Amino acid sequence: MARITMRQAITDALREEMHRDENVFIMGEEVGVWGGTYAVTRGFYDEFGPRRVRDTPISEMVIGGAAVGAAMNGLRPVAEFMTINFAFVAFDAIINHAAKLRYMFGGQMKIPLVFRSPGGGGRQLGATHSHTPDVIFAHFPGLKVVSPATPYDAKGLLKAAIRTDDPVLFIEHATLYQIRGEVPEGEYVLPIGKSDVKREGSDVTIVGYAQGLQVAMEAADELAKEGIEAEVVDLRTLRPLDMGPVIASFQKTFRAVVVEEGHRSYGIGAEVVARLQEEAFDYIDAPIKRVAQLEAPLPYSRELEQSALINKQRVIAAVKEIL
Amino acid sequence: MDKAMLLEWYRQMVLIRRFEQKSAELYQLGKIGGFLHLYVGQEAIAVGTIAARRPTDHIITAYRDHGHALAVGIETKAVMAEMLGKATGISKGKGGSMHMADVTRNFWGGHAVVGAHLSLAAGLGLSESYRETDNAALCYFGDGATNIGYFHESLNLAGVWKLPVLWICENNQYGMGTAVSRASAVSAIMQKASAYGMEGKQVDGMNVFEVYKATQEALQAIREGKGPQFLEMLTYRYEGHSMGDPLRYRTKDEVEKWREDDAIGILERHILENDVATKEELDGIDHTVEAELTEAVQFAEESPLPAPEELFTDIYVED
Ligand SMILES: Cc1ncc(C[n+]2csc(CCOP(=O)(O)OP(=O)(O)O)c2C)c(N)n1
Ligand SMILES: [Mg+2]
Repeated sequence: MARITMRQAITDALREEMHRDENVFIMGEEVGVWGGTYAVTRGFYDEFGPRRVRDTPISEMVIGGAAVGAAMNGLRPVAEFMTINFAFVAFDAIINHAAKLRYMFGGQMKIPLVFRSPGGGGRQLGATHSHTPDVIFAHFPGLKVVSPATPYDAKGLLKAAIRTDDPVLFIEHATLYQIRGEVPEGEYVLPIGKSDVKREGSDVTIVGYAQGLQVAMEAADELAKEGIEAEVVDLRTLRPLDMGPVIASFQKTFRAVVVEEGHRSYGIGAEVVARLQEEAFDYIDAPIKRVAQLEAPLPYSRELEQSALINKQRVIAAVKEIL
Repeated sequence: MDKAMLLEWYRQMVLIRRFEQKSAELYQLGKIGGFLHLYVGQEAIAVGTIAARRPTDHIITAYRDHGHALAVGIETKAVMAEMLGKATGISKGKGGSMHMADVTRNFWGGHAVVGAHLSLAAGLGLSESYRETDNAALCYFGDGATNIGYFHESLNLAGVWKLPVLWICENNQYGMGTAVSRASAVSAIMQKASAYGMEGKQVDGMNVFEVYKATQEALQAIREGKGPQFLEMLTYRYEGHSMGDPLRYRTKDEVEKWREDDAIGILERHILENDVATKEELDGIDHTVEAELTEAVQFAEESPLPAPEELFTDIYVED
């Protein structure tokens, strides 16, 4: 198996799906001639041409809405928002239209599109360019929200996202593009809506996804040196949320920490904790902890920004508090 | 223009007007809920434009959508059942007055966020241009919608990608209570099209012949590869913006003045003065429309409500 970057895994998924299905096309700002702001679609413009790799004006509302319109009529757009922060401008197209039209018209329409977008903080971009707003999008029935943590998952889940007949928001954490992981040569597709145990252990359950999953894994490695075996569960999909493996793990460890890069209030952690107490109340041996972004806008200055973000020390400290 | 066609236009326009009047009654009785926007006064636009389209051309409009729904040929009873929130409604009772669609007729709705569906229309146009067909998308919107960002982004994208979209502004002089001159920096809305590489043309939206002709020409231009086209239809809504409009922003005289040039009146005069048909024939059409409406209301009233489990269907294709 080759060890490739997350960026390469995403690029490969897109290229394979474009070859597989003529209805799949890419649209967004700088996706073509430039090759993608994060170089994900480098070479695509030459390979597939301007019909299938479409540079748009800086028009998030119509990038969102035109993708919906094209999908309604049977195409399979992969529309890119340069970063998730700019998807706020297209919130109406994503939530009111992509996620609601099928329902509102009594099931008459399919909206088989993918919105791809890099997100996340930690790159000294200031408050407007550093959001991890995943939970906001995951709030609404009608949209599927996927955010992978490894190259293997990224490739298999993006292919699934392109193939499903439902609208999917695929959030790529920008700091993960260069991480490497094993990806098999052949074709594979992973199921959307399935959590995955990334590391087995019996002392504590750490739940995470995307960059939070990477932090959780680093923390688990450190804890192992001290003889603490953490089980790490990767949510992978935020809607629909698969609590099965989380609950199964918790029933074994009786203790849990939820890690996410977004803000703590009203976050993914809040949801996971609520469901654990609803569905596994008898197994709770200690308070369930949340490790998340502190409640402030993200500042530019490096040390100050890092102080607001999650890291392995905070996860380790949370685990030790409840052991 | 042949007799059958003119009588069909007449029938559709009378059907739409009477459907709207009936709906107002049912709203007062509490049988229709939510927001209800009537199309009375604007009938010639839906009828004249849709008469000029091919069935493979797409139709998409805003929340004032019953006229378009009936003009594309959705059964009156399925539209009425939707108004009453019944399982037999065209959107299974999940959409209501503002959200009629019939995908089998390339009618993509009924959209209630002002301006948003212009972006969907750009996408419909994109899908046809991607497949290299000569089909077009007809997109209807109000004067007020030309002030929202969606309008500008969608027209610009259509212009830059030469998308086969016919933009049809139904300028009924007001967005809710705000007159065009109080909301738009240019009062001739067609001027806005020029910023996006389209000429734009004003049309008497009360005259179904003018509407039909302008639409035919615009669609022809689109099919010849000349890119998107823009028509500003000058019209007027006789009733309030929606039910319960206090109507403080216009005078009775103004309404009366527009009513003199009534869309159905213009067509009726044409038919009678040119001996296309007799008054008796038109009365006969009025009666069939009345019967169809009575039947539609009865059907809607007798139809079942959506089953409780319908709450959770149609959220996703694959769960
Ligand atoms: C984005 C948005 N803002 C406000 C509204 C509330 N609203 C509904 S209709 C309307 C007026 C629109 O006027 P116009 O586009 O001229 O269409 P008309 O009602 O005259 O057909 C407004 C403000 C809305 N539905 N969507
Ligand atoms: Mg108006």
